[in-house]
Amino acid sequence: MKAAVVVFPGSNCDRDLAVAFRAAGADVEMVWHKDTALPAGVDIVGVPGGFSFGDYLRCGAIAANSPICRAVKDHADKGGYVLGICNGFQVLTETGILPGALLRNAGLKYICKTVGLKIETSQSAYTEGYNAGDVIDIPIAHHDGNYFADDATLAALTDEDRIAFSYTDNPNGSQRDIAGILSSNRRVLGMMPHPERAADSGHGGTDGQALFRAVAGQLTSA
Amino acid sequence: MKATVHVMLKTGVLDPQGEAVRHALGALGFDGVNSVRQGKVIELDLADGTTEADVTAMCEKLLANTVIESYRVEMP
Repeated sequence: MKAAVVVFPGSNCDRDLAVAFRAAGADVEMVWHKDTALPAGVDIVGVPGGFSFGDYLRCGAIAANSPICRAVKDHADKGGYVLGICNGFQVLTETGILPGALLRNAGLKYICKTVGLKIETSQSAYTEGYNAGDVIDIPIAHHDGNYFADDATLAALTDEDRIAFSYTDNPNGSQRDIAGILSSNRRVLGMMPHPERAADSGHGGTDGQALFRAVAGQLTSA
Repeated sequence: MKATVHVMLKTGVLDPQGEAVRHALGALGFDGVNSVRQGKVIELDLADGTTEADVTAMCEKLLANTVIESYRVEMP
């Protein structure tokens, strides 16, 4: 599996994400935001967490309009895999690759702690290493993780089994406790929690490993 | 020429910042503040000939996220 990790000014989880991909067996290339194309043969693009462009205007808004994001959108439109984590999820909603938006946390506070995540579906390359209904422990670290979408979008996400993860104890006011969602072709995942921060025994938890192993397994055998 | 863009969260979208401001006003003794909504004002200095349609396009593409925000353009 070949992965590309996008780096924006202000990204700070890019190297963690690369380490998690490599540990799962991927070849990883870092891609700068000014690049206009992804490296040839990329199977999956990782859009990392952080504070791209200082969260100016809205979280992810400036990054979503950077040159590389046009290439990421093309990749997704052609059926490529994209994993957006935290600020990466915000970027994916700002580009329109995923529906909805991430609002300021309902409690107005930046929250940095490990939370329980319920696996809502195992029907995706990212979640097939888990069983639906399992609860895993993954850290969150965000100020704007309050998932919002209109009722029709929420109904579609539920009906199409596109909610990947939900919070067992909603920390930020997200509608339907949503922590992560899939695109309609199930190849794009956006999530606020950080599986790459729970992917090594040194992290204090390894519940995120199965996500990277599952997607590496899918894309290597494909 | 100048244009001013007002961006607000849509009605029905929770505005926790506005709510915090409302609480703070109450704590200062300002009674009767039923609700507070907080938005942004963006001032643009534009080349002559820029039309309101151009500014609307800027709002749609970048200045506002129309999933959660509404906007209003003021031009002289």
